[in-house]
Amino acid sequence: MNDNSKRLLDVQGLKTYFQTEQGTVRAVDDMSFWVAPGRTLGIVGESGCGKSITALSIMHMVPQPRGRIVGGSITYYGREEGPVEITALKPHGPAMRELRGRHMAMIFQEPMTSLTPVYTIGQQIMEAVVHHEGLDKQAGKERAVAMLEKVGISAPRQRVDEYPYQLSGGMRQRAMIAMALSCSPQLLLADEPTTALDVTIQAQIIDLLLDLQQDLGMAIILITHDLGVIGEMAERVLVMYMGKVVEFGSADAVFYRAKHPYTVGLLASIPQIGEDKRLVSIEGSVPSPYNLPRGCYFHTRCPHVMPRCREDEPPSFAVGEGHEAKCWLFAEKEGEVHAPVSN
Amino acid sequence: MLTYVARRCLFMVPTLLVISFLTFVIIELPPGDYVTSYVQSLEARGMEISRQQVELLRMRYGLDLPFHQRYVKWLSNLVQGDMGHSFTYGEPVRKLIAERLPMTMVISVSTIFFTWIVAIPISIYSAVKKYTLGDYVFTFAGFIGLSIPNFFLAIILMYIGYRYFGVSMGGLFSREYLLAPWSWGRFVDLLSHLWVPIVVIGTAGTAGMIRVLRATLLDELGRDYVRTARSKGIKEIQVLIRHPLRVAINPLISTIGWLLPTVISGEVITSQVLSLPTTGPLLLGALLNQDMYLAGSFVMLLSFLTVIGTLISDLALALVDPRIRYT
Ligand SMILES: Nc1ncnc2c1ncn2[C@@H]1O[C@H](COP(=O)(O)OP(=O)(O)O)[C@@H](O)[C@H]1O
Ligand SMILES: [Mg+2]
Repeated sequence: MNDNSKRLLDVQGLKTYFQTEQGTVRAVDDMSFWVAPGRTLGIVGESGCGKSITALSIMHMVPQPRGRIVGGSITYYGREEGPVEITALKPHGPAMRELRGRHMAMIFQEPMTSLTPVYTIGQQIMEAVVHHEGLDKQAGKERAVAMLEKVGISAPRQRVDEYPYQLSGGMRQRAMIAMALSCSPQLLLADEPTTALDVTIQAQIIDLLLDLQQDLGMAIILITHDLGVIGEMAERVLVMYMGKVVEFGSADAVFYRAKHPYTVGLLASIPQIGEDKRLVSIEGSVPSPYNLPRGCYFHTRCPHVMPRCREDEPPSFAVGEGHEAKCWLFAEKEGEVHAPVSN
Repeated sequence: MLTYVARRCLFMVPTLLVISFLTFVIIELPPGDYVTSYVQSLEARGMEISRQQVELLRMRYGLDLPFHQRYVKWLSNLVQGDMGHSFTYGEPVRKLIAERLPMTMVISVSTIFFTWIVAIPISIYSAVKKYTLGDYVFTFAGFIGLSIPNFFLAIILMYIGYRYFGVSMGGLFSREYLLAPWSWGRFVDLLSHLWVPIVVIGTAGTAGMIRVLRATLLDELGRDYVRTARSKGIKEIQVLIRHPLRVAINPLISTIGWLLPTVISGEVITSQVLSLPTTGPLLLGALLNQDMYLAGSFVMLLSFLTVIGTLISDLALALVDPRIRYT
């Protein structure tokens, strides 16, 4: 499992903080995980728990000027020249830009606003290809057409010259995927790629990502707050709460043998088809990032809260084969694990 | 597209007709006419002129005809390219304007370039580095640039030029080159004088443009598409110029056509203070002296350019912004 040759990306103790007028926001606080080549890692959690910032940290695109990676390491193993430590690179420097778009690419939540309104989708797909592979305009456009075809856009030769406003949300998201994959990256960061779309379109986009992964073999970090989407795609799932990993395991383990009360709560809030049950959502609300509770961050909403939870932050405990939960409930039965979570 | 342009051009005809009528009315509005002010100026100098002579003058200039006849005559001449005679200068209006037009355009066009070349990098800097010392310095300088009156700036620059560089900054040429034929020396001399009016006329516009562009850029910089562009790994400056700047500049491109009339009219007060051989002072003088053919032709020329400029603006906007359709 811990064989380095099987790692594409290794994140250790990542901390990304924002300095704001009201104080420090610990958007990502001591996250560790790793991603194997060609595999899919799912990251779930309620909105605001730090999923997007985790992805942006990997791209070294943390929102400026307030945000900063203040600790930990992000190591990328996909280069032929050897591993590279992303946090040591300048965000806008040539070494980082060489990785960005070419080795790792990102698709964003809002297809309606994530494309520049004044350029055709062809021009926007070409931009990365022309930059990284030095293709001329003609070849770049051919690549754009080929990519559009690959992501299932009909009549790609016409679509390539169309502007974002001429495309539907689903089409734009396909165009975004085409753009992200145009330089054949080894890692795709998909930040809630289907959240803004209709349910039927959501399924199509997920199928498309699965097909493309089969075809191109890239690893995917799939971020979502929708456990249903994760179940379809990811082999390993990481559950986040307030910038921390609270549970990690195989998709099966997390879905059928969920241990952390937060994960259990998330699962209970998925609407079940055919069941006329009222949606159970987790009691209480997310604590303010400026005024985090002592001990376990989840204790204010936890149905199993114990005195200890209010005092000390729990470490991760092994709760099964490759399955761990950051909760005091499992302290007696299991030994503490220090190994980073992984897939 | 072509039919759109054709239709717009067709609409220009009634627009210009209405403008020409209003122009004529306004020029005629002040009591008296050119002859009245001519007589007054003669009397002011202590000369006498008989009633008969006055009537004769009126007839000669066609001022005795009824209003509508004078209007029709003026308009039909104008359409044929005859702008009439200037009373004050005793020369064809066309010649007067044509003499001053090239220099006016040189100054105006250079000013526009100056404005854009200075404003764009400063706006990018200020937007990207907002609330830093540099941003504050530019903002402060911009407020001064906006609020200082042009004639005052002109006087300051002339003083500095005279006091520290020993050159007289009025006009566009030094005395020795004023009437000389074109040569390299004359060109250099022109450049050494040209920067003063450009800075004077362009400062307020530059400061205004920086304010608008900085604000628009700040909006655009936070948009999702900027993040998408950055995720491609292109250089940060390319991210900024190709994406948010390109979007922010669209509304400004649409104002390009509106600059057309100002290119011709020049800056009246600045030109007066700097004694520039441009069209601005000519227009001012014509209005003061009720030199109606000169003034009327001028106003019509400006109106025509305004109408054309609006069309150019609309076409330019449609060209840069794909979301705008011709209908
Ligand atoms: N530009 C920013 N400035 C300050 N705080 C931010 C900024 N971006 C994100 N945050 C904070 O970081 C935390 C995590 O945000 P994010 O990663 O976007 O959540 P999500 O899990 O919904 O993607 C949130 O509390 C948010 O308020
Ligand atoms: Mg998010």
